[in-house]
Amino acid sequence: MACVQFKNIVKKFKENLVLDGINLEIKDHEFVVIVGPSGCGKTTLLRMLAGLEEVTDGEIRIDNLLVNELHPSKRQIAMVFQDYALYPHMTVAENMSFSLRLKKVGRAEISARVKEAAQTLQLEKFLLRMPRQLSGGQRQRVAIGRAIVRKPKVFLFDEPLSNLDAKLREGMRVEIAKLYQRLNSTIIYVTHDQVEAMTLAGRIVVMNRGVIQQVGSPIEVYRKPENLFVAGFIGSPTMNFIAGRLSMSGGKAVFKGGDISINVPGFVLGGAEAIDGREVVLGIRPDDVLVGARSAEHCSEKLQATLEVCELLGHRENLYLQAGQTRLVATVEAFFNQSPGSAVPFCFNYANMHFFDKLTEKRIG
Amino acid sequence: MNKEAAVYRRKKIVKYLLIHLAIIAFVVVCVYPLLRILSVSMRPGDKLISTDLSLIPAGAAFDAYVRLLKETLFLRWLWNSLLITVATSFIGVSLASTAAYAFSRFRFAGKKGGLILLLSTQMIPAGMLILPLFLMIMKLGLMNTYLGMIIAYSVSSLPFSIWILKGYYDTIPRSLEEAALVDGTSQVGAFWRIILPLSTPALSIAFLFNFTTAWNEYLVARVVLFSSKQYTWTLGLFELQGQYITQWGMFAAGSMLVTIPVLIVFLYSSKWLISGLTLGSVKG
Repeated sequence: MACVQFKNIVKKFKENLVLDGINLEIKDHEFVVIVGPSGCGKTTLLRMLAGLEEVTDGEIRIDNLLVNELHPSKRQIAMVFQDYALYPHMTVAENMSFSLRLKKVGRAEISARVKEAAQTLQLEKFLLRMPRQLSGGQRQRVAIGRAIVRKPKVFLFDEPLSNLDAKLREGMRVEIAKLYQRLNSTIIYVTHDQVEAMTLAGRIVVMNRGVIQQVGSPIEVYRKPENLFVAGFIGSPTMNFIAGRLSMSGGKAVFKGGDISINVPGFVLGGAEAIDGREVVLGIRPDDVLVGARSAEHCSEKLQATLEVCELLGHRENLYLQAGQTRLVATVEAFFNQSPGSAVPFCFNYANMHFFDKLTEKRIG
Repeated sequence: MNKEAAVYRRKKIVKYLLIHLAIIAFVVVCVYPLLRILSVSMRPGDKLISTDLSLIPAGAAFDAYVRLLKETLFLRWLWNSLLITVATSFIGVSLASTAAYAFSRFRFAGKKGGLILLLSTQMIPAGMLILPLFLMIMKLGLMNTYLGMIIAYSVSSLPFSIWILKGYYDTIPRSLEEAALVDGTSQVGAFWRIILPLSTPALSIAFLFNFTTAWNEYLVARVVLFSSKQYTWTLGLFELQGQYITQWGMFAAGSMLVTIPVLIVFLYSSKWLISGLTLGSVKG
């Protein structure tokens, strides 16, 4: 297995800057998920690592070897494509053994490796079938099998589950997690699905507009987003944002935004300087908007909102609240027995409040 | 409800009947001239100009075929045609398949202009190309040679073949080649091992187009070839037409015989004309 380094990577398509100075180091045996919205440059970065896109500027190293000009096949990587990219005129076994046949590996070894991969992915029954005779999930497993038989240094996954339906996606997600436990390889996985990122990653890289926004463990990215973009991108439903101003009153920080005014405990701002009069955005996840019994338990100062819509998700329920001019989403245990239009007292879980500078959009504290 | 169903079924039957009648009429229009030629080729020598409509004439015989094969250079002409046509088809398809791949996959200066230029050559009537073609072949010293004919034919059907193949390559997902590159092929290897096998339907069409165009061509052959031994069958059959007498029996027999290679090629290549070969390769 291997470590991967991106140093000051720049990618331009004509005048269009797609990646702007990417610096990232991926350690041996690490499962890194690169996540971001469409067009953020995550797939381009992966394709550059695979050798399918040229590097405009910067260095890509695999195991300390500069690979910028190296042919894809010499980089000792294997890639699983979003659209499977199976060779339609070859059987499953031929697809899986294609790279080994090119390398002129012995027949016995090819057969053994294909069998082993097929066993891992439960594809033994389908080895003689053509790709068109397989379901979407089976095709994706063949694509993964094709990568496994090569025993590469680094596995690259380019949104491998995005073409599958929700149920199959869930199943395949577990399969990939199990596969990682078994292979313990270096895996770089690109997705726009934050659930995949949160569940699979050892480390998440959040990207937007060709720039890395944050690198961290799933819980770090979720609990301590470094900027407004990460805060809004990670988590579902999306974090609530309230624009307002901080002020100091009697030695205590107070946030005022719209009709909402709350005292902010000192630990939330973490000793940030020049707080008084600072324009900020308060971020609070729907889970941390406390209503009903939870608000009665935790809240010392309660705010008032009107319930607009209840969205039942099964075991959870999303409540859309209107507090003056501010619209909030709260996620509570099902069933919240109040009808739309009724008054709902609420408060915020102080421990999980986030403040961002309105101008720089960076985290405060 | 039952009445409505009966009306619907009747309408459906009438519709099918009409469609089949139209198809049958079309087939008759297509096949009848061929059957008339077959009939003429089998008529005895004294009944060539006859108003008899029977397909197998009275006293039918294969005399015209025997005479054509024995008294003329017909087999030689057929061989010449076959040689030129097969070479043209293979060279034409080879050149077109690689050129089309470049047009389909790579970005280069003049790509769009080149494609339009290729298309525009198809809008020039063949007759207008005769003189420049004649001058070029003469200057190359290839008059009255197979090579001259092969070059002339390959070049003239190249633009159409390139367009057909480029259109087909465009439908093959790039990710297949990218997967092949990662798996260890070169760009040429990906073309050879992945793109070409998947393009057999389009390659067959291009091959057939090249084959039928070269096989049936007369005008260029008339200009380039001048010795009877080098003639293609189109020129050879024309020799049977004299100033005062035309050997209609032999003419018809020759016409029947020259359809056989085309028929074989069509029947053989039809198995390659399977659409949807890429089914299952990517999410569709």
